[in-house]
Amino acid sequence: MEPFERLDAVAAPMPVENVDTDQIIPARFLRKPRKAGYGQYLFHDVRFDDAGRERTGFVLNQPAYRPARVLVADKNFGCGSSREHAVYALWDYGFRAVIAPSYGDIFYGNSLKNGFLPIVLPVASVVRLRDLVQQSPGAHVIVDLDLQQVIGPDGRRLEFEIDAFRKHCLLHGIDELDFTLGHRAEIEAYERTQSGATPWL
Amino acid sequence: MTAATRTLLDKIWDRHAIVQRDDGQTLLYIDRHFIHDGSRRAFEVLGERGLKVRRPDRTFGTPDHYVPTNGRDMATIEDPDARLMVEAIARNAAAHGVAVFGLDDPRQGIAHVVGPEQGLSQPGMTIVCGDSHTSTHGALGALAFGIGASEVSHVLATQTLWQRKPKAKRITVDGTLGAGVTAKDVILAIIARIGADGAVGHAIEYAGSAIRGLSVEGRLTVCNMSIEAGARAGMVAPDDTTIAYLEGRPYAPKGAQWEQAVRFWRSLPSDAEARFDSEVALDAATIAPMVTWGTSPQDAVAITERVPDPADFADAGRRAAAGKALEYMGLTPGTALSGIPVQRVFIGSCTNSRIEDLRIAAQIASGRKVASTVRAMVVPGSGLVKRQAEAEGLDGVFKAAGFEWREAGCSMCVGMNGDLVAAGERCASTSNRNFVGRQGKGARTHLVSPAMAAAAAVTGAFTDVRALLGR
Ligand code: SF4
Repeated sequence: MEPFERLDAVAAPMPVENVDTDQIIPARFLRKPRKAGYGQYLFHDVRFDDAGRERTGFVLNQPAYRPARVLVADKNFGCGSSREHAVYALWDYGFRAVIAPSYGDIFYGNSLKNGFLPIVLPVASVVRLRDLVQQSPGAHVIVDLDLQQVIGPDGRRLEFEIDAFRKHCLLHGIDELDFTLGHRAEIEAYERTQSGATPWL
Repeated sequence: MTAATRTLLDKIWDRHAIVQRDDGQTLLYIDRHFIHDGSRRAFEVLGERGLKVRRPDRTFGTPDHYVPTNGRDMATIEDPDARLMVEAIARNAAAHGVAVFGLDDPRQGIAHVVGPEQGLSQPGMTIVCGDSHTSTHGALGALAFGIGASEVSHVLATQTLWQRKPKAKRITVDGTLGAGVTAKDVILAIIARIGADGAVGHAIEYAGSAIRGLSVEGRLTVCNMSIEAGARAGMVAPDDTTIAYLEGRPYAPKGAQWEQAVRFWRSLPSDAEARFDSEVALDAATIAPMVTWGTSPQDAVAITERVPDPADFADAGRRAAAGKALEYMGLTPGTALSGIPVQRVFIGSCTNSRIEDLRIAAQIASGRKVASTVRAMVVPGSGLVKRQAEAEGLDGVFKAAGFEWREAGCSMCVGMNGDLVAAGERCASTSNRNFVGRQGKGARTHLVSPAMAAAAAVTGAFTDVRALLGR
């Protein structure tokens, strides 16, 4: 996993509630090998028309937002299917963080495991920030995970919460699996106790 | 917290906590892990790191998403990438000593149908699968939730997961359901009430006399769609119905262990004084057969109602979403839902493909014909459900009425195997997601119960199934 660095990047607004992972990447692309990259499939059916041409109205097809690395979304972003490909698609396109009032729980977990930061801010802060980046296309937003701050184009600092361990893993690119393998003794002890108490399992 | 105020969630959680960290993360032991043909990536990760499956005996697999439903021959899978997915599960499972119910096995089916059917999903367990509808298994009184590919590899390698304990929400449905009103209508009514994000961060416990009155099949349907309200897990406390369902199933405990297990299961229901973080109550008698009109499962109303006017939504976000949804669905505000023509009917998916679902659909279809303007199909949730239905003669009823009778799999719920709804076509579907493009690009999905789907098939349009009952 790549360590999460301080971001100073273009932010794209997406003022839509309940953006589900079927929208982020349609099911027909999930069978593609991971190595081939998923950036081209991100928001595929809203980004491209039936002939494969870019739809001009879609935010990422507007020149100022093309280089976006931060997405300012709406509530319950990433709801629906558990497909981790939704995170791969965002990542491969170039996104490194998303800001929203809430997320689908599985999407939230998947994000952290891939070095992608889902930031939770109160609705009013998200709306304000989204309006700012909508009014000045191409405006930058700074994401400082170490300080747990988002700095908007207006210079306002917005603090966000994240579990200390999740933050530690993101900042140092630590993979959780390696960490857990270090708990092998506790896992074995648990299994011994469990097989005594609930032998039918 | 004193011992007498614990919820079902607390009891299962506490038993499975291995390590608790100060930041609120718990290392949770996983009792049961289901894998499917979408789990390929997780095995790649194991391979890259040279890791083994820690507990192959706790892991069971079945291909479901990519399998053909018009036959059992893998060679008929046209898309080579899709065929690779189905082949990969067999290969990976064999390499790691994991049992798989393959395409040639009558026990194959949708993971969330197969687990309960085999008795693999039991009260008090922690159950995961790389699929968001793992919440289904909570109907047996388990803590069951969907995980992503990284978490699947984590469970394969360690049989554990780091989790933050969800909050507990109790949804109580008391009273008696009317004729023609089923578990699917109950869960659609719940989601319409609390919203698609109404239970984010929560595990839901479904309670009340109407829930207790449901069969395990009905409870599976309710718990299945917990994720559509944002809850990663949904659960129903184990009771006599649960225990009767499990007894004698292939992987249920036997003999003295059965007695011991039953005693343990009886201790699991939430204590009388248990405290929930939030509570919601619904009156079963007010629930009618439901149908969705939009592109989120929260867009559900009674069949007796009309397509809403986006302008009537007070919330700006909801108003914008409703406007877009109606455009996609090709619907005009004020149109009566009853009478809107459909072109496709799909009876299947992990929500509604169990024997009880097929029985009620067959009851409606019996002696009637699928409208000439409709193409309808029935896809049983497992090979064993299919066999049971055939033993009861339900296949004959469906075929005589003009339904296609298929082999088990996810099929048109997500269309990954090529069973797709064409752009612009309207489908009455017993599945769980009416998202834009879910059943195919441009497909218009309306979520309904199996009874309502059968009613739509034989009348050619959405119809209040209560009018077709009691001939
Ligand atoms: S039937 Fe549909 S919702 Fe259920 S597991 Fe298969 S694709 Fe997912």
